[in-house]
Amino acid sequence: MSVIYIALPVSILLAVLFVCFFIWASRSGQFDDLETPGVRMLFDEEEENKKQETEDSE
Amino acid sequence: MSRRAANLGGEPACDHCGQPVPAGLVDRDAELQFCCAGCRAVHGMLHDLGLERFYALDDDAGRQTKLTGRSYAELDDAAFQGLHCRPTAEGWLTADLYLEGVHCAACVWLVEKLPTLPDARGVVSARLDLTRQAVQITWDPTRTRLSRAAALLESLGYTPHPVRGGARERMRRREDRRFVTRLAVAGAAAGNVMLLAFALYSGLWSGMSAAHMALFSWASMAIALPAVLWAGAPFFRGALAALRTRSLHMDLPIAVGLAAGLGWSVWSTLRGHGEVYYDTVTMLVFLLLLGRYLQRRQQRRAADAAELMLSLTPRTARLLEGAGASREVPVEALVPGDEVEVLAGDSIPADGVVLHGESRVDAALLTGESAPAPVGPGAELCAGTVNMSARLRVRVSATGEQTRVGQLLAQVEAYARRRAPVVLLADRLAGIFVATALGLACLTFLIWWVIAPERALPNAMALLIVTCPCALGLATPLAVSVAIGRAARRGILIKGGDVLQLLTRPGHIYLDKTGTLTAGRVSLEHASGDRSVWPLVAALERQSAHPLARALAAALDAEDDLEVREVQEVAGGGITGVVAGRRVRVGSPAFIGADGDEAALQAAADALTPVLAEVDGEVRARFALGDPLRPDAADTLAGLRRRGWNVGILSGDHPEVVAAVARRLGLEPGRCRGGLSPEQKLSAVERAGRTNPVVMVGDGVNDAAALAAAHLGIAVHGGAEASLAAADVFLDRPGLAPVVELMDGARRTLAVIRRNLVFSLAYNIVAAALSVAGLVHPLLAALLMPLSSLTVVTSSYRGRTFAPPAEAAQAVGPEGPAVTPP
Repeated sequence: MSVIYIALPVSILLAVLFVCFFIWASRSGQFDDLETPGVRMLFDEEEENKKQETEDSE
Repeated sequence: MSRRAANLGGEPACDHCGQPVPAGLVDRDAELQFCCAGCRAVHGMLHDLGLERFYALDDDAGRQTKLTGRSYAELDDAAFQGLHCRPTAEGWLTADLYLEGVHCAACVWLVEKLPTLPDARGVVSARLDLTRQAVQITWDPTRTRLSRAAALLESLGYTPHPVRGGARERMRRREDRRFVTRLAVAGAAAGNVMLLAFALYSGLWSGMSAAHMALFSWASMAIALPAVLWAGAPFFRGALAALRTRSLHMDLPIAVGLAAGLGWSVWSTLRGHGEVYYDTVTMLVFLLLLGRYLQRRQQRRAADAAELMLSLTPRTARLLEGAGASREVPVEALVPGDEVEVLAGDSIPADGVVLHGESRVDAALLTGESAPAPVGPGAELCAGTVNMSARLRVRVSATGEQTRVGQLLAQVEAYARRRAPVVLLADRLAGIFVATALGLACLTFLIWWVIAPERALPNAMALLIVTCPCALGLATPLAVSVAIGRAARRGILIKGGDVLQLLTRPGHIYLDKTGTLTAGRVSLEHASGDRSVWPLVAALERQSAHPLARALAAALDAEDDLEVREVQEVAGGGITGVVAGRRVRVGSPAFIGADGDEAALQAAADALTPVLAEVDGEVRARFALGDPLRPDAADTLAGLRRRGWNVGILSGDHPEVVAAVARRLGLEPGRCRGGLSPEQKLSAVERAGRTNPVVMVGDGVNDAAALAAAHLGIAVHGGAEASLAAADVFLDRPGLAPVVELMDGARRTLAVIRRNLVFSLAYNIVAAALSVAGLVHPLLAALLMPLSSLTVVTSSYRGRTFAPPAEAAQAVGPEGPAVTPP
């Protein structure tokens, strides 16, 4: 059972990593609008020559 | 034939918005039909750009386009750009604009196509946020201007408005993000601590080495400490604030419970023996935050909708400069003494005096009077009233807060600040609860001190922890947030949770007349006499700009253009002319010379305006015009009275008109008052509010102060911005039926809250009794805690508070004996 001394910290570390990832996502505005992206994916990406993403990064 | 010839009684439907095309605009030879110039322009533009797919996406017809023809020059103003535009790293600028009329996937598609339009060179991107109905435009300032993008958006059919208060918006967004992060940290911690706790619990049954036990305890502590102290910080702050103001707030028992649970667990971990409750406290933080997050989102949604309405009013004026040229300027730039031009259909930007021009002004906003009043040089105008028929030149006498409307709004704000918060049932209970729990804990400690001193502290702690008001804390916010969400889907937007509790006991309800009980527009109510002369009357009435004449001409079917000669209009009387060779006179009974006409007298008694038509010297047709009651007004008032509400009318319109409306609705004449100024409405509501809960339902600026002063203000669909700002609830659906629905929904919501509270209190009483007896095993606590929360969650979501949209048909009068419409 001594493997638990390694497995436990590793699993906690993983959880912390995912929380950090979530915080980064939230900070970069991923959760600001939970509705529009859902319909945006319905459109075909045809003449996307001018499209440049400028996300508000605060 | 029209693509959308989905006929509504034989009328063709507009090919852009799907609404019926007015008879006068139907072009029998054309392939496509449009109801207005805006729709024609938008359709043409979409066609030219090859964007016809819009119609395939737009499954929800009924978007009516209106073109304002504004230049949006104020958006390029340096002052505006300094306030509302932000530079990006690439050297571009971004700004947010609210859009009118975005509501579906097709709109997202069309708006986000903006940068691909040939005229939009320099617009880098357009990102639409459907929830806020705002588009974020990014553009290259060296190649285009924001006003260009705004004009293009308008030509697509979405009227843009600058988002005011950008700084507050950004602050709110930061707050939202922080809340989501807290929720995530609390959730992750709760899940992980729960896993470790399972290991600890199974160790209790099957035995576990002390070293492993210590490892799991220390690991749990490492996760739980940041979760409780950081993610749960709002509860501790709330509790501190409650202590400082010496009031008992829900956060206080929560904070005491959290502190006790965490403190005891940390102490046990450090000592190396004793119970740990990390799973309980982290789960508690997560569930409570989740409840608050849901409630916040629903309330935010209602507040967003109100804010959008607020920014819909144009805030520009046409300033006259030198040689008669006019320039669009922001209203804030006007100073007393300026001369402005007000076109027909525009609202008047500031208080002032007419210098030149004759027109009619609709002051319903301030007075509630349904008929526009004539104005001429020298007449005083109030800001916010609408110029109906002709161009006016006005000298500004007061602007902004100095205007009558401004002063009224200041009063509204003062009221909103003064209003005492409602003491919620859960908060009252929380007070008793904290006191009881703390008292019981002391009692347990004392009893066990006598019996077995070494068990006194653990048992008292166990009591504090198992009586943790987890379910109690979830009971109200969950039930309320579910109810607010369901109400929003039914077109009832509720700005705060306390609203629902106020509505559960009937009290006084006052309604405004113009625009609330009635549609707020003049229309033909009855017609009698010879139908063959109607085209003659219509042809003549079309020559006049008088609102009654316009309403009459629109109501009578005017197919062919008859020749009209020798038109003469008599102010305050009527109009005469020769139509198709016959002499026609249309006007008031006095003008026609038939004062004693019976039909006319009857119409006057019904608060309608009689109009007689004389052809070749003989009265041939009689009309009665008026502002008709909304079709659901009678049913709604009957429904309210059946539920025990004391219904009355407060109106600025003429007392006789109000009395007639009261008669038709079967209201007590003593409770229906007309001719009231906004200030008198306010004092009437205040007086009634001293003894009973008062609800005010209104739509105009003249109601705003009364809406704010009432315990609960409800603004109806299509109301003025001030009423939206002052109201606690607003109806996003035409008609009055939602008012009854709101009352029923509120009652059912309170029933759900009560049920939740009973569940959680019952659980707490059992748990408290067991822990006083020293019988609470950690396993029992671990089982009871999620069970009680789960019961509350299920009961909140199962509760039928507001009918789902599918049941809209039965929504009016959902219970009690069937109402027979009059």
